[in-house]
Amino acid sequence: MHIVTCVKQTPKSENIKIDPVTGCLIRAGADSAMNPFDEYALEAAVTLKEQVGGTVSALTMGPPQAETVLRDSIARGADRIYQLGDRALAGSDTWSTSYALSKGIEKINALQKVDVVICGKQTNDSDTGHIGPQISAWLQWPNAAFVKKIVRVNQKSIVVERLTEDGSEILELPFPCVLSVVKEISNPRVRSVKGRIAAKRAIITAWTADDIGADKEKLGIAHCPTRVVKSFTPTRENTAQIVDGTNGREKGKNLVSLLKENHLI
Amino acid sequence: MNYAINEIEEAVLQTTREFAQKKIKPIRAEMDEKEQFSKQLWQEYCKSGLFGLWLPEFYGGLGGGITCLAMAFEELSRACAGLALTPGTSALGAIPMFLAATAQQRERWCPDLASGKKLWAFALTEPEAGSDATALKTTAIRDGDYYVVNGTKHFISTGKEADFYTVAVNTNPSRGARGISLLVIEKGTPGFSFGKKEVKMGIRSNPTYELIFENVRVPKENLLGSEGRGLLYVQETLDYSRPGVAAQAIGIAQGALDTTIPYLRTRKQFGQPLITFQALGHKVAELSAKIEAGRSLVYTLTHQMDKEFIPAVQNALANQTTVHDELKKLKGARWTKYSAQAKLFCSNVAMEVADECVTLCGGIAYMRDFPLEKYMRDAKITQIYEGTVHIQKNEILTALIKEYAAKGEE
Amino acid sequence: MPVKDCKNVWILAEVQHGKLSPTAYELLHAGRKLADDLEEKLCAVVLGNHVGKYARDLIEHGADVVYVCESDQLENYVDDTYAKVLTDLVQTYHPNKLLIPATNCGRALSAKTAVFVGTGLTADATQVQINKADGQLYATRPTFGGNLMATITCAKTRPEMCSLRPMAYDKAPLQKGRKGEIVKFPFTKGKHASLAKFLEFIKSKEEGLDLSEVTVIVAGGRGVGKKEGFHLLHQLAQRLGGAVGASRGPVDSGWIDYRYQIGLTGRTVKPKLYIACGISGQIQHMAGVSGADVIVAINKDPNAPIMKMAHYAVEGDMYEVIPAMLEALS
Repeated sequence: MHIVTCVKQTPKSENIKIDPVTGCLIRAGADSAMNPFDEYALEAAVTLKEQVGGTVSALTMGPPQAETVLRDSIARGADRIYQLGDRALAGSDTWSTSYALSKGIEKINALQKVDVVICGKQTNDSDTGHIGPQISAWLQWPNAAFVKKIVRVNQKSIVVERLTEDGSEILELPFPCVLSVVKEISNPRVRSVKGRIAAKRAIITAWTADDIGADKEKLGIAHCPTRVVKSFTPTRENTAQIVDGTNGREKGKNLVSLLKENHLI
Repeated sequence: MNYAINEIEEAVLQTTREFAQKKIKPIRAEMDEKEQFSKQLWQEYCKSGLFGLWLPEFYGGLGGGITCLAMAFEELSRACAGLALTPGTSALGAIPMFLAATAQQRERWCPDLASGKKLWAFALTEPEAGSDATALKTTAIRDGDYYVVNGTKHFISTGKEADFYTVAVNTNPSRGARGISLLVIEKGTPGFSFGKKEVKMGIRSNPTYELIFENVRVPKENLLGSEGRGLLYVQETLDYSRPGVAAQAIGIAQGALDTTIPYLRTRKQFGQPLITFQALGHKVAELSAKIEAGRSLVYTLTHQMDKEFIPAVQNALANQTTVHDELKKLKGARWTKYSAQAKLFCSNVAMEVADECVTLCGGIAYMRDFPLEKYMRDAKITQIYEGTVHIQKNEILTALIKEYAAKGEE
Repeated sequence: MPVKDCKNVWILAEVQHGKLSPTAYELLHAGRKLADDLEEKLCAVVLGNHVGKYARDLIEHGADVVYVCESDQLENYVDDTYAKVLTDLVQTYHPNKLLIPATNCGRALSAKTAVFVGTGLTADATQVQINKADGQLYATRPTFGGNLMATITCAKTRPEMCSLRPMAYDKAPLQKGRKGEIVKFPFTKGKHASLAKFLEFIKSKEEGLDLSEVTVIVAGGRGVGKKEGFHLLHQLAQRLGGAVGASRGPVDSGWIDYRYQIGLTGRTVKPKLYIACGISGQIQHMAGVSGADVIVAINKDPNAPIMKMAHYAVEGDMYEVIPAMLEALS
């Protein structure tokens, strides 16, 4: 089985800082790492490979320094790594990004037939959750989102359980297909010693927009359909009323009285 | 100080440190409290490739040596000495096999050992034979293609969970200690059962069991090396494994100090952080120096060992011989004295550091919610297993007497 | 079709397992304002099996037109099928704006449809408005973990699509007897069917009330300290007729199921009363409770960010405060 996982280098969640004046992300000094949701996706892919045999390819789109996320993928059990890097891709929105990734997957598919694409449910920097379903749309492959479990898999199809607000649903998807997965899908392993050493030596296949045959009219900030017209940091107010009391017990009693007075309970 | 001298050792440190933080720390208190072995953690160890560090790549290992094993054991024990024993005791049980096994035997056992699919354990101690291993009573009498094993082993770490047991038996009781041999006995062999599970002071997440052998028929192919040479292999095993216990002791000591220093920095009494009281601060400084001295001793020793161990393993693979024979051909050093010195020193450091740290932190450290008391309970085992501190002194003394006797009067 | 010829504001009225999702009314509320500002019609799309029965209700909550596509093939949500039908509808009627609820299904459906249609999509917006100058949809959403709000537009393609966060808007009021048009749209198997097969729905067996439906939520954070602490929160929630929630910490620590997570990576809630226990108040969490009428913070740390954002701040140990509350309530 050939599984492709899309991974992205993003700022570490705890390090995200916004310049209050410009509203821009302060990248200097901010550590970056693999998008945490992609860790779950990659672990799911590697687990699947270990169960049924096959290959895991990791694909990223990003500037040269994004190669670290691909090396990290090797350390986590991926076999091959591909990077889409091109100035033409800069500033792409999810529509453009998913287009470029789908072209990359087509190219990988031409090298070795792809059965499943696994994406994280969203990234921790833009939180859209678009990429998985959109890749499937470009490729015209069936997809399922919010997948929490791989129920079973055979030569032709995969059965998955996805999370809904009121429970879960079981779906069967024929290959090739695209899954976007939530945290419950896997428990990422600690990168093995062998993986860490292999990561240093791994060879990255790097492609430009031309290499993947992408239509440049669909790429980058100049061509993508959406645009950020304004950004601002949310304001917080400070209006808290301090609940009095000499100790926790007294404060608890006073709180109940306050809530009752204000008809909140 | 960082003692890693190559890429492999560096990666071992990174992996085990991350593993300790992400996989061990979150469960250590619960597993200790419940005295429960974690099968899930075992699987995590497998996924991170932590069983095959010291085994050659040919069998799916990493090709590292004793240093890798010790470094891993130190870093894992720094989080929890009990949970660190899953790969730790598997290595201990497998080292005698790996030293004495023929190429065919290695082929049979090493791949599953390296992947972690099968766990190994070492069974030497008996109710009547502790420090004096020569007194062991378990017999293995040859009957055709089998040995028939009878006897009882006790205090066996990772008991019941392990799949293969390297068991010291007497194949020729009339020859006493010279009749001792090593047999590999697989769990599930008819007549092989588990007795009492011990309730322990420390390392409680690792099960300690009694093994009972009643007319257990073990194929003769499971004999390691030749009959009657069991104690030799045991000694050689301990030479390689005691630095591991020493490393574990250093890990425990470091873990205790890692818990203590941040507490002393934040806890204020008499209006100032505890660490600024020189009596306490100086104690911390002194403990840290002892830990570093112990660590330095361990890795200086293991790096020397690896200079012989790794080539011997490679030769054994190339020549289809045993690692034991190849080590002999290299005419290397006997490590008994140095291993015993490392274990003696480091286990004493562990106990001292853990004890002092509990005192430094005071009341809170006596409470189970705070991880320090566990370090103190766990530290104690390093002074006991694989030879008590007294046995280590015997080993050192015997070696010294021999050395000086050989020198004659200079 | 040229941008200027695309007319009307559409909303997708989601039906989940035979139940019209409350998000339908929220989207009608948001959409009504947009349509009025544009002086265009507000249209609702409802897809499913036997869903025509909801059309009247949608009209009485503000829709001028309801497009209904019914088929047993639409009984359950399958990404491909739904996206193909929705795309077909869009390409038949050329709406100007299209709002979809940012529920699990809605997020995936909106993304896939945007590519099929060839238009831009803003994810998980919390506010939508029409820019008076050019009639464009300005959709504002939290990004970078809620540290930044971004307003996003889609100038050149139509419809401008946006998924709208559940509970970001109040429900549209019922206007009994309101009139509107119902348009049936045919389901075409060859054109709309998917290769994916829906097999089964497993209803959640989780005990406790649904977070999105309760008026009181008692939520715990890392400060709860242990799994067992949530029993205490359960007791308080039960006494107040509410439900228990959590910030990310306890979920990551395995003290409580992900289903209860509130915040940017969890759910958005809009209770009347939100009692946050041992929650520091990271912006990622607060993004999920900004719709709460009243927030009470119980925290040992007087400097925790939540103590400033709450309406009532109690500096104290929840293990002292909550038992006292329970006593006072009994």
